[in-house]
Amino acid sequence: MSAAADGTAAVPDARSEVMARIRSALGEHPPVVEVTRGYRTSGEHRPGAAELLDLLQDRLVDYKAGVTRSTADQVPATVGGLLERLAGGGRVVVPPDLPGDWTAGADVLRDDGALTSAELDRVAGVVTACAVAVAETGTIVLDAGSGQGRRALSLVPDLHVCVVRADQVVQTVPEAVARLEPRRPLTWISGPSATSDIELNRVEGVHGPRTLEVVLVTG
Amino acid sequence: MTTFLGIPSVGAPVRSSPGVGHLQGSESFPTAARRALGDSQLRSNIGRATTTIRGKRARVVGEVPDWEELREAGRTLKASTMARLPELLGQLEEQVTAAGGTVHWARDAAEANAIVTRLVQATGADEVVKVKSMATQEIGLNEALEAAGISAWETDLAELIVQLGHDLPSHILVPAIHRNRSEIREIFRREMPGLGTELPPDLTDEPRELAMTARRHLRRTFLRAQVAISGANFAVAETGTLSVVESEGNGRMCLTLPRTLITVMGIEKVVPTWQDLEVFLQLLPRSSTGERMNPYTSMWTGVTPGDGPQEVHLVLLDNGRTAVLADEVGREALHCIRCSACLNVCPVYERTGGHAYGSVYPGPIGAVLSPQLTGMTGDAVNDSLPYASSLCGACYDVCPVKIDIPSILVELRAQHVEAAAASGRLPTPEAALMKAAAVSMTSPFRWRLAQRASRLGRLLARGRDGQRRIRSLPPPLSGWTGTRDLPEPPAETFRESWAREGRS
Ligand code: SF4
Repeated sequence: MSAAADGTAAVPDARSEVMARIRSALGEHPPVVEVTRGYRTSGEHRPGAAELLDLLQDRLVDYKAGVTRSTADQVPATVGGLLERLAGGGRVVVPPDLPGDWTAGADVLRDDGALTSAELDRVAGVVTACAVAVAETGTIVLDAGSGQGRRALSLVPDLHVCVVRADQVVQTVPEAVARLEPRRPLTWISGPSATSDIELNRVEGVHGPRTLEVVLVTG
Repeated sequence: MTTFLGIPSVGAPVRSSPGVGHLQGSESFPTAARRALGDSQLRSNIGRATTTIRGKRARVVGEVPDWEELREAGRTLKASTMARLPELLGQLEEQVTAAGGTVHWARDAAEANAIVTRLVQATGADEVVKVKSMATQEIGLNEALEAAGISAWETDLAELIVQLGHDLPSHILVPAIHRNRSEIREIFRREMPGLGTELPPDLTDEPRELAMTARRHLRRTFLRAQVAISGANFAVAETGTLSVVESEGNGRMCLTLPRTLITVMGIEKVVPTWQDLEVFLQLLPRSSTGERMNPYTSMWTGVTPGDGPQEVHLVLLDNGRTAVLADEVGREALHCIRCSACLNVCPVYERTGGHAYGSVYPGPIGAVLSPQLTGMTGDAVNDSLPYASSLCGACYDVCPVKIDIPSILVELRAQHVEAAAASGRLPTPEAALMKAAAVSMTSPFRWRLAQRASRLGRLLARGRDGQRRIRSLPPPLSGWTGTRDLPEPPAETFRESWAREGRS
C-alpha cells in the first residue's frame, strides 16, 4: 500500500510525482544496457571438498573465529566441550528443532518463541546449525531454517557455537546466493562482530556475540 | 511545504532544497579546506587512516581473479537499473507490500522526515535506535525527530562518537576518522554519565576498552527500543528483499529486536534481481573496509511472523535524485554503492578531510553528487565542489562500479561556467579552462592529448609576449581561446605531478 497524498486533490501524490519525475529524467528512450556477467559463478572445487574446508577454516581463523573439526557422531562431545570451556557453565539457548543430542549435558533453554530480548541477554550462549558457508570469504549464512531459529537467538547471547556440515560449504559467493531463498530472513556472518572506528584499530566483538565458534563436521 | 509547489511543470525533476538536511555546508570548499589544512592533528589522523585502508583494500582486491569482470558487471547492472527505474521501483513496492511491509514515497527531505516522524509517533515511542544510514543524515532526520520530541540514538560506534561529540561525520565509512583515542575517551567521559552509563574512573583510551564501554552503553538501549530506523545498501526489486551491510552488530540489533522497523532509502538503491547481490556482495566489502566479507549482512523481506520486527516500513526518497538522473553524464553518480574507496585514494580528501566538503557526501563522490543534488546556481556554496579535485583519476581506478568521476567533474565544471555566465558572473579562469577541456574528456586518450596541448599552450604563452597570457591554443582548446585570453596552464599536468610525487 502506498502512503496517501497529504496535499489537496489538485496536488499529485508523492508516488505519482516521483515516478513522473523519473520518466521525465530518462526521456522517451532510456538507454538499453546489457548486463555482462563475465565473473565466476562457481569455483573449481565442488561443495564440501577438502580444499574448501581448509580454506574456510583459514578465513574464519583470520577473522578471529574459533574452528573445531568434528565427525558427525562426535558433534555432541565437541559442542559440549566448547560450551564447558566458553559458556562458563551458564545457560545455553537453542532453536526448537536443534538435534537434542548436540547439547546433551548442558543447561539448555529451548526457544519457544516467547523469550524476550532481556531474557536472551541473560543466557551465556547459543548453539545453531547453518544454511550455507562460503569458503573464499569465511562466511556462514543463517536462514532461520532447520536448527537455526529466529534471528534474535544468534544475536543477543555472547557466545555463538555454529555447526557447519561439510556439504554446506561452497567456494564462492554466487554459489551461496544460488542456494539461498531470499524471502527468508538471512544473516551472513563472517567472524565475530568487529569495529575499526577508533583509529582503525580492529576490535573484535562489539554488539553481536563476542565469541564465534564454528564446528566443522566431516565424515 | 514540499519543494514541488510552485514548479509549473508537474513531473519535472526537482533539486533538493539545500535548506533542509545536510547536502550543503555554510562555506565554500576552498575556504573550509584552507582551515582544515591548518589542522595538523586532523591531517595526520586522516592520512594514517586512508593509508591503512588503501593497503588493506589493495590486498583483498588483489586476491580476486575476476575483479575486473565483477566491476564491469556492477557498472552495467547499475546503468541498466537506472534506465529501468520506474518499472523496478514499482516491482519493489509490490513485493515489499506482498510480504507485509508498507511502502511510502517522499519527494524531498521534508516529506521523508514528516513520514518517519508520523510513523514513530503512531507507535507511541519517544525514542528510536538508528543504524548508520547516509540517507537519513542527508535529510537531517535526527534533527526533525528531536524537534518532535523523539530521541534518535545513533548506534554505530563512530556515529555514537560523532553524536556524543556534537560533531559532524567526516568519512562515509569511518565517520569519526578525525577523532583520536584520547579525544574519544574525553567525549565518553563528558557525555555518557548524563545518559545513565557509569564509567570506571580509570577508563583508559585503549580502543578495546572504549569499544566495550560503547557496548555496555548501547546494550540497554537496544533491549528497550521499540522502533528502529535504518538505511539500506540494496533493495531487490524481484523479491522485495532489503539488505544492510555492517560490521559491529548494531545493525542486526536494530533490524531484529524492535517491534517496528522504518527503512529510508534513496530510489537509486534498488537492484533488479536476487542474483545481482552476488556481484555487489563481492564488490562492496573488499572496496569498503578491505575485508573479504564484512562481519554481518542482514537481509529481510517484509515481515516474518515470529521473527524480527512485525511492523516494517520502507520510505523511498527522491530529494534531488531525479534531477541527477536527468543529466546524461552526471547520472552515473547515482551508481555509487557508498564504499568510500574513492575517498581513501583522493589526494585532496587526504589533505582536507571530509568536513571541508560541507555535505554528508565527502570526497570525490561528494564532489560530483552534492552539487547535482542541490543544483549549481552560479554562486551556491556547492558550486565550488567540482573544483575540489586534481583530476588525477585515482577515484575512477578504484571505484567498484567504475564511476567515471573525473569526467563528471569536468562536465560539472562546464555546467558551472554556464550557470555563472547565465547569472551574469564571469567564470573563474580555472573554470573557463576546464570548460574547454571538457570537450576532450570523452576518452582518456583524448584527455591526455588535450592536457599536453594545454601544456603546449603554456610554451606558446611564454614565447609570445612577456605577459604570460595565452592568445591561442591548439585544438581542441583553441575553440575557447578564440574569444578571450586565458591564464597560463600549470607547468605540469595534474597526472604528471601526481606521478612525479610517486603517489599514484
Ligand atoms: S563513487 Fe565508487 S569508489 Fe566512491 S564511494 Fe561510490 S562506489 Fe565507492
